[in-house]
Amino acid sequence: MAENMDRPLIEVKDLKQYFNINTGVFKTRPLKAVDGVSFDIKKGETLGLVGESGCGKTTVGRSILHLYEPTSGEVWYNGTKVEGKAAIKNFRTKATMVFQDPYSSLNPRMTVADIIGEPLDVHRMCSNKKEREERILELMDHVGLNSEHASRYAHEFSGGQRQRIGIARALAVNPDFIVCDEPVSALDVSIQAQVINMFDELQDKLGLTYLFIAHDLLVVRHISDRIAVMYLGHIVELADAAEIYERPLHPYSKSLMSAVPVPDPKIARANKRIVLTGDIPSPLNAPSGCAFRTRCPYATDACAQAVPEFKEASTGHFVACHRVGEIN
Amino acid sequence: MTKKPFSQHVDLDMFIPATDAEKEYMVQMRPSSTFFKDGVKRLLKNKVATVCFFIIVLITLAAIFIPMFWPYSYDQMLGITPGRPVDPSYNNLGAFEYGSTEQERIDAGEKVFPHIFGTDSSGRDYFIRVVYGTRISLAVGFFASIIVLIIGMTVGSIAGYCGGKVDLIIMRIVDMIYSLPDMLMVILLAAVLQVSGLDKAIEGTVLEKIGANIISLFIVFALLYWVSMSRLIRGQILSLREQEYVLAARATGAKGSWIVRKHLIPNSISVVIISTALQIPNAIFTESYLSFLGLGVNAPMPSLGSLASDALNGLTSYPMRLVIPAIVISLIVLSLNLFGDGLRDAFDPKLNS
Repeated sequence: MAENMDRPLIEVKDLKQYFNINTGVFKTRPLKAVDGVSFDIKKGETLGLVGESGCGKTTVGRSILHLYEPTSGEVWYNGTKVEGKAAIKNFRTKATMVFQDPYSSLNPRMTVADIIGEPLDVHRMCSNKKEREERILELMDHVGLNSEHASRYAHEFSGGQRQRIGIARALAVNPDFIVCDEPVSALDVSIQAQVINMFDELQDKLGLTYLFIAHDLLVVRHISDRIAVMYLGHIVELADAAEIYERPLHPYSKSLMSAVPVPDPKIARANKRIVLTGDIPSPLNAPSGCAFRTRCPYATDACAQAVPEFKEASTGHFVACHRVGEIN
Repeated sequence: MTKKPFSQHVDLDMFIPATDAEKEYMVQMRPSSTFFKDGVKRLLKNKVATVCFFIIVLITLAAIFIPMFWPYSYDQMLGITPGRPVDPSYNNLGAFEYGSTEQERIDAGEKVFPHIFGTDSSGRDYFIRVVYGTRISLAVGFFASIIVLIIGMTVGSIAGYCGGKVDLIIMRIVDMIYSLPDMLMVILLAAVLQVSGLDKAIEGTVLEKIGANIISLFIVFALLYWVSMSRLIRGQILSLREQEYVLAARATGAKGSWIVRKHLIPNSISVVIISTALQIPNAIFTESYLSFLGLGVNAPMPSLGSLASDALNGLTSYPMRLVIPAIVISLIVLSLNLFGDGLRDAFDPKLNS
């Protein structure tokens, strides 16, 4: 482990995830959901992943966990490449997932104890019934669920409680890394705060590392150490959370950050909202060169020629834009 | 805090924090109820289905237990006693009539068990024959449905879960089987199985009594009737496997068989139970009319269909012999159908939303 101390816990290298879409009889075309994404997540860190719907955030999370077989690219966990059946199986005990919809992600025919205990059963982590039960009660305690609820069914709970069940399930195998796929977007704002704070507490208590996928920029800012902005299958900018909110470099991030609601009307009025024209193009026929050029106010002919390189603009601040030097 | 006039602010002094006991009082969850309990509750509210359920239970219990203590047996010709000439007075008795020797015993003060439905043309007690016929019909219905259930569920869940090419191939086979005329297949199979010596193979076993025809009926059910069940289950599983909890199970590293067993089948079980319940009368019906055509059980074992068929010969003189098995078949099939409908109303989540 010693030589791995400086290594990031999770390294994603040029991950590509294409889906074949039937466009006619015997004709398929690749849908480039994720097209060459690279980033690292350090141990104990939270990386926020933001972007509008359909930009591939969820696919990134699922491809990292190998829920889809990545088209190309590598995922490294703790200095070892996740490849082959045995490695993936082992990886599943280290990396888990919290799902967006607390209603459909829990089996309606299973009790809470069975839902939380499922990963334990799958990986045969408990040698006897008593140990399993104790572990389940411990997990329920971690997420603030009453132990009396163990024998109840998921439909008897509120959205927030259901999401806690989902989190307890993700924690069951004692993972290091959790992909949180919009875990609070289906909840009420008041419940969101509780659940977000619980994520924070669990991170401190259990030393967890998160990939936090969301489209709510305020939530992401609150919980993340670093933030990556995605657009149409590409990461366009990656920087520390404060940095990206204060000094976004990519034109898309600028527009995104200007849309963050500010709870002070005076400041909000002073801020100018950058409104993009047009819609996000279909990933089936993505624009050539820079994916954002069709909506970018600064686009030139050069942007259509080559895919911009994802490079470091200042320390720890990566951006993929041809004209990053000129427009800032 | 001074209250401004016209202010909408609420006076905070009017509120006191709730004590723990009060909070406890507010949090009340109803007793945990499973899907199954809810379904049974709804089923019991349906009077028709409940009555039908009791009729089915009653008929089943009668078919199982009555032959144990009934003094007559289904193949005993009462007029025949070894060493004596055949006594024709036992043949074609009406309800609660007695044969000559029985009458003598009654006159002598003995008690003789009555022939409730009389006897048939060979002097066999008709009531016990109807009971045995019911037994055969019910057994055929239940076992055929179980065979259909097992095969249909296995094939359907494999096709539904694997999807892609596996699904395509299995479903084309299903389509082919669907297009075969099933009655023709039953008759052909019964003939083929007899030629191929099924009779000899089952000689001396319990199966001999019910006969090769019923065995071939089971085989036909096993070969043909599972297709609709497997289509149903495939459809269920196709829609269920896209659910997020299945993805969650895959994310924990669960294998396909685990997901099918723990997630997909439990969630489609209500549909499966309902269609099995509706399959039973279907099988009983098939058996009855095959027996009626003479392709059912081997004589002297009766089935409701063969009883009705035999009664056709003396229809004008003894119409009751046709009416009784016909009523029993109708009662069983009707009750099972209505009960199956009740089950569907109670357990199908799409109907009670």
